[in-house]
Amino acid sequence: MTVQPKIDTSPLVSDEIRKTTCYMCACRCGINVHLTSGKVSYIEGNRDHPINKGVLCAKGASGIMQVTAPSRLRAPLRRVGPRGSGAFEEISWDEALALAVSWMAPLRETAPEKLAFFTGRDQSQSFTGWWAQAFGTPNYAAHGGFCSVNMAAGGIYTIGGAFWEFGQPDWERTKLFVLFGVAEDHDSNPIKIGLGRLKERGARVIGVNPIRTGYNAVADDWLGITPGTDGLLILSLIHCLLEAGKVDLEYLARFTNAPLLVVEDGPEKGMIAKNAESQPFVIDRKTGQPAPWDGKGVQPDLGATYQGNRTVFQHMAERYLSPDYAPEAVASRCGIAADRIRALAAELAHVAFDQAIEINQSWTDFRGDFHTTMPGRPVSFHAMRGISAHSNGFQTARALHLLQIVLGTVEVPGGYRLKPPYPKPMEAHPTPHFVTAPGKPLSGPHLGYVRGPENLALKEDGSAIRIDKAFTWENPFSAHGLMHMLIPNAHAGDPYKIDTLFLYMANMAWNSSMNSAKVMEMLTDQVDGEYVIPRIIYSDAYASEMVAYADLILPDTTYLERHDCISLLDRPISEPDAAGDSIRWPVVEPDRDVRPFQSVLLDLGARLGLAPMVNADGTARYKDYADYIVNHIRRPGVGPLIGFRGDGTAEGRGDANPDQLARYIENGGFYQAHVPEEAAFYKPWNMAYQDWAVKTSFYETPQPYLFSIWSEPMRKFQAAAEGLGAIQPPDHLRARLKQAMDPLPIWYPPFGDLEASGWGYPVHAITQRPMDMYHSWGSQNAWLRQIRGTNYLYLPTKIWTEQGFSEGDYARVISPNGGITVPVAHMAALNENTVWTWNAIGKRKGAWALDDAAPEATTGFLLNHLISELLPDKGDGARLSNSDPVTGQAAWFDLRVRIERVDPRAQSEPSFGPIPHVVPQGKERA
Amino acid sequence: MTSLPVSTEKRLGLAIDLDTCVGCQACVTACKGWNDQGYGAPLSDQNPYGAEPSGVFLNRVHSYAVQPIEGAAQTINFPRSCLHCEDAPCVTVCPTGASYKRSEDGIVLVNEDACIGCGLCAWACPYGAREMDAAAGVMKKCTLCVDRIYNENLPEEDREPACVRGCPTGARHFGDFADPDSKVSRLSAERGGYALMPDLGTKPVNRYLPPRKKDVRHEASVLAPLLDIKVSGFVGWLDRVLGKI
Amino acid sequence: MNPAPSVIVFSVLSGAGFGLLFFLGLGFAQAMGWTAFLWWGMGYALAIIGLLASTFHLGNPGRAWRAFTQWRTSWLSREAWASVAALLICAPMALSDWLGLGWPRAIGMVGGVLALATVLTTSMIYTQIKAVPRWHHWLTPVMFLGFALAGGAVLAAQSFAPIFLAALALILLAIWQVGDGQFARKAQSLGTATGLDRIGEVTVFEQAHTAGNYLLREMIFAVGRKHAQRLRAIALALAAVIPAVLLAISAGPWAFAVAAVCHVIGAFAARWLFFAEAEHVVGLFYGKR
Ligand SMILES: Nc1nc2c(c(=O)[nH]1)N[C@H]1C(S)=C(S)[C@@H](COP(=O)(O)OP(=O)(O)OC[C@H]3O[C@@H](n4cnc5c(=O)[nH]c(N)nc54)[C@H](O)[C@@H]3O)O[C@H]1N2
Ligand SMILES: Nc1nc2c(c(=O)[nH]1)N[C@H]1C(S)=C(S)[C@@H](COP(=O)(O)OP(=O)(O)OC[C@H]3O[C@@H](n4cnc5c(=O)[nH]c(N)nc54)[C@H](O)[C@@H]3O)O[C@H]1N2
Ligand code: SF4
Ligand code: SF4
Ligand code: SF4
Ligand code: SF4
Ligand code: SF4
Ligand SMILES: [Mo]
Repeated sequence: MTVQPKIDTSPLVSDEIRKTTCYMCACRCGINVHLTSGKVSYIEGNRDHPINKGVLCAKGASGIMQVTAPSRLRAPLRRVGPRGSGAFEEISWDEALALAVSWMAPLRETAPEKLAFFTGRDQSQSFTGWWAQAFGTPNYAAHGGFCSVNMAAGGIYTIGGAFWEFGQPDWERTKLFVLFGVAEDHDSNPIKIGLGRLKERGARVIGVNPIRTGYNAVADDWLGITPGTDGLLILSLIHCLLEAGKVDLEYLARFTNAPLLVVEDGPEKGMIAKNAESQPFVIDRKTGQPAPWDGKGVQPDLGATYQGNRTVFQHMAERYLSPDYAPEAVASRCGIAADRIRALAAELAHVAFDQAIEINQSWTDFRGDFHTTMPGRPVSFHAMRGISAHSNGFQTARALHLLQIVLGTVEVPGGYRLKPPYPKPMEAHPTPHFVTAPGKPLSGPHLGYVRGPENLALKEDGSAIRIDKAFTWENPFSAHGLMHMLIPNAHAGDPYKIDTLFLYMANMAWNSSMNSAKVMEMLTDQVDGEYVIPRIIYSDAYASEMVAYADLILPDTTYLERHDCISLLDRPISEPDAAGDSIRWPVVEPDRDVRPFQSVLLDLGARLGLAPMVNADGTARYKDYADYIVNHIRRPGVGPLIGFRGDGTAEGRGDANPDQLARYIENGGFYQAHVPEEAAFYKPWNMAYQDWAVKTSFYETPQPYLFSIWSEPMRKFQAAAEGLGAIQPPDHLRARLKQAMDPLPIWYPPFGDLEASGWGYPVHAITQRPMDMYHSWGSQNAWLRQIRGTNYLYLPTKIWTEQGFSEGDYARVISPNGGITVPVAHMAALNENTVWTWNAIGKRKGAWALDDAAPEATTGFLLNHLISELLPDKGDGARLSNSDPVTGQAAWFDLRVRIERVDPRAQSEPSFGPIPHVVPQGKERA
Repeated sequence: MTSLPVSTEKRLGLAIDLDTCVGCQACVTACKGWNDQGYGAPLSDQNPYGAEPSGVFLNRVHSYAVQPIEGAAQTINFPRSCLHCEDAPCVTVCPTGASYKRSEDGIVLVNEDACIGCGLCAWACPYGAREMDAAAGVMKKCTLCVDRIYNENLPEEDREPACVRGCPTGARHFGDFADPDSKVSRLSAERGGYALMPDLGTKPVNRYLPPRKKDVRHEASVLAPLLDIKVSGFVGWLDRVLGKI
Repeated sequence: MNPAPSVIVFSVLSGAGFGLLFFLGLGFAQAMGWTAFLWWGMGYALAIIGLLASTFHLGNPGRAWRAFTQWRTSWLSREAWASVAALLICAPMALSDWLGLGWPRAIGMVGGVLALATVLTTSMIYTQIKAVPRWHHWLTPVMFLGFALAGGAVLAAQSFAPIFLAALALILLAIWQVGDGQFARKAQSLGTATGLDRIGEVTVFEQAHTAGNYLLREMIFAVGRKHAQRLRAIALALAAVIPAVLLAISAGPWAFAVAAVCHVIGAFAARWLFFAEAEHVVGLFYGKR
């Protein structure tokens, strides 16, 4: 018998660990990058990091394959052949920058709006927006418009904070967690860690989703809702709760605008009644008299009627008590039985009210009233694109927040908690800015929150100022712009023609556009030998589909090769108990002729002479992005990072500290400013929090506020549509505004449904994010593409059996916008009127350094070809985008289709010719 | 070392919670990443950017549809890696002694220097836990991260398998099943942890914690309306509700 | 299981070779001089070509010597020993037969028995695998021995070869009959394999990876039923029925030569099926058997 081999159980793992921030997705987990002989040898999660606490997702743990991917761009490229042909020549950075400046400088001097700068997966929006503002173009936005602006805006207009990654359930205390339409979300690891905690404690999880996978697969109960009907379900839950009196009256009275009075009639009809000082007021229950809304000791009366004006509470109750919202009335529409809706309402009420909890922590509210404890209602919710990517998503998001509010479970122990800098009411956000002048910066930050028609970005003639028509009557609250309309509008010259399209980190020629095939045509379309969109500059790090369509490529570094700043001015890494920000830094040097895009942008800004980027003598103000991160001052004492300011001890506010980045690196790449314990809950109304927030720089003065059940900004638009007020919408939009801009949450069928009914498109078609892939960019990862290298269209049992499908079959999927032919598979745990596939697995042949015969490019497919970026022409000449009428959120999930069985085949259709490889096809793995 | 130890001091293994696993595949690449640079030859990939990529993974996560007799269909994610069997057939079939089960902790390993790549152990394993590396020509399998769990170059808290450390939901637990007080033993006892295909006589160490019962409706009484709103009207309702404050 | 050519060549040729060595060792073919040389040479050639072919199956053939170390537990190791022992011990007998040295037949008998034992060890490599129910049955060694004996008898031009061939035909029919039900008799399904049958009926929703892997290539080989039936008929006819009938009609050297070729081709078909039809339980996890 041989002896058991002696093995080394303590091998040295690496020579060195460098701590930075992951960027396989926007979750921004902390990572330990191990280096061996100067090369990245292993990546693991950073245990001390607030976001991921040591864990990594499948993408993060295979980041090494992203950094070594053969698809990485190697040098600046100038187009030499026709656009889309992939014919490029490598040029030097000096040539590239000079070329860009030669295109941009004349625009700036004559018509800055002719440069449209849009960014995709970017995490430096406060920086890119600042650049665009300095350039002076109104045409700037990031990806939020096609992503989840409904979620963001719906939240901010209602509770001053959103789902997305801006808040989270109180994972440690919640007893019942209900998840609406979430497959993965940006808060990928925190949600998974949180679900794990719930499971550990045996807390109950309910998934509301047409599809039962992932988070919904582990949910204890599953409601396989029909897409687009969540609003109806939620309002029906509110109906049940109201009917039974199971609402948190105390919470409604103290913390929401439920006790405010709504003007019953006259020109101010529907506005919140104001006193002589233009302040809203309440009726004090003790006196029956008007009292300041924030007066000490005031007990607002929810049932008051004053001068004929009734409270918001009464309007709300009246609406939702209507039999229209009874479970029996909504059941068949939602695809959920009435008794299940009632049971869910009962369960919510039971946990919220019968299992209420309390934390022994005293606090003082904004009225000056002292509370000895913090009571909590351990019911929490989370939602994302399943409700927001519909054309009724804004109102549905509002409805869900209303449900949380009536249960009294926002910002209380066991409920939904916001992460600093939220809560932050709509009023504390800027309004949109769009005034341009040649050679001048824009009047202010582009994106903001519209208070009323006076804030719309409209020219005298009523046409849109922005190329994406954000902040117009078509989409008044488009707080994130409408990136999905950028190329179609630029191509149509509607509202006007632009000259240079400047894109960063967005794969607009493929998975990020609606109607991708059409978009590719728009990008290459010519009139009289000139491209309709004359110039396209693009920064990508990889050979994506979009690269082939640019005239000038500015190749970026990968995430381990550059500085980045995950800032509180932007989308930080806060937790409910701490504000947090972080950095990326070059843990390895690039081995190619590439430059960090942010540094390139600063260089371009300096060459263009943009004021904040040049010194008085005309030299560049910032050496590179790292220099900017440290030295840029946004407001006095406030810069991109809150940690280690001034002499290194200042937090939130303080002078620039030249050592700041070194201190961040020392600290694991991040910084946290902890919320004091007495400020942990009830933040919008908690003076300890308000004071801390001011100190930590989120606002300049305390901003306590009431949750907006009744939205006055919305009512202003609705009133305008009714003919009230001086600024009037075009007639063809009146009906739609009246409906969509209802000041109380409401449900209406998604526009896709309306368009589809009667046309024979009975089936809903949606996508989900795979947890192991990030949009288009996961496929270049040698490990991940083995896990998910192709996709199927999943069909519910009903369609599968009715049409006699069997394994290996394909289906023809037809929408009003066209047809695709794709491989199918059966799925039983699926809403019976829904089909779906994984998002962005299908790839264009020739992209991503993959073999032309790669499964991603042969059998893999996109649903995007079926989705039109425009709503059908109603014959009134209006060219309305396929978006939420309030925010302009792209309505990806409104898609309706018809399915026809076809025999097995080898390729999905449409199948596009290969785009020539701009980098050589990958062979061996690094 | 092809003979199995009569008994091992410890029985190290994993308890995998099927009630919690969301199928995120994090453990799959965490394992790949660690073992690509750790014990033995790197886990090679053939045709990584080609039409038919294929590589070695020591841990794969399946996804199953389960249709109960009553109620909605379910989706259950199912990670699969070596179970470190007590009666490991993969060990006894090995002609070279490359496969062995450690007497101190029961970890089943392949001594890659002795492996001739005959593949017999992979045939013998009922669980598909062994994959031949096409580049190195040796058999690869889960090592239970033997180069982590005792690694003195790692901080104490990191001395656990890469897949366990990395699992975002905490669905994977590592420990000693020989110790009845260990976390894995307790979890397994509490949750009815089970072994895979016990009738094959392999005596797996790893345990699967079964999914909890799903779709059981809440027992609370359904909400009763405060009063008949049709009769009492909105005002009546309002009085009733506000009377409660 | 993947019907890898190297393994098929190995087991068919070495099986026939050791079968021939068995008869030669026992002295059934009373040959001398160059006839004996050719006969023994054929036995050795078949056995050794087979053994060499088997090394093509190895990822690291350079270390093949290590396969001798685990005779106490491993059938593959025992096979290594048995084959070497058989070849070594038969050698003096072969020499004696060739050169007419008249050494005791007992040597040949030991060698011959070892040759047959080698076939047994080979068969046990498959038989022991519980994870492949079709193989895990006493008929597997019977089948391997049946091939060795029938093939050996034909190659050794024994008059009783038709009887052995007829027996082989019955064994084949039996092993197919029994084998087809083996997987089901083990009552394993995706549900029992995963333990999820406690909840309900289990099917695959998504494969673990969309890409291929070693397990799928090595253990999960699906052969079409129609295809299999046709091949079975060919195997049965070529390996057993035709040679048996032929030899029953004529016992001339040409008849034996044709019968031998026929038999070996049939043996290849049967062995291909032996692998291709064998289902590994790991296939259950992939929803494939
Ligand atoms: N059918 C359907 N379509 C959808 C959706 C859907 O649900 N269904 N979802 C929509 C949503 S919400 C979104 S947000 C969009 C996402 O769409 P995009 O924002 O376009 O996301 P990606 O496809 O990942 O494209 C990002 C691009 O950035 C590049 N990149 C990666 N890393 C770097 C880097 O470090 N530097 C630079 N400069 N570039 C880099 C990638 O190579 C890729 O080309 O897709 C939308 N499209
Ligand atoms: N791994 C990974 N993580 C990512 C991304 C990625 O590509 N990969 N992308 C990031 C981006 S840009 C975004 S925007 C987020 C998005 O994160 P999610 O919001 O989780 O995005 P989706 O995958 O689009 O998930 C939408 C979910 O809603 C469901 N759904 C669709 N329609 C309805 C409906 O009408 N009602 C209900 N209740 N559910 C519905 C779908 O079944 C799906 O489960 O993820 C981010 N995180
Ligand atoms: S969720 Fe994954 S990909 Fe995203 S940052 Fe975290 S580890 Fe990286
Ligand atoms: S990492 Fe955890 S949750 Fe994700 S697939 Fe693996 S076991 Fe399941
Ligand atoms: S799971 Fe397979 S490889 Fe692991 S010990 Fe058991 S039989 Fe051997
Ligand atoms: S492949 Fe290696 S470990 Fe497996 S049985 Fe053969 S020699 Fe042993
Ligand atoms: S214990 Fe280690 S080797 Fe085994 S599956 Fe987990 S990470 Fe892979
Ligand atoms: Mo998004």
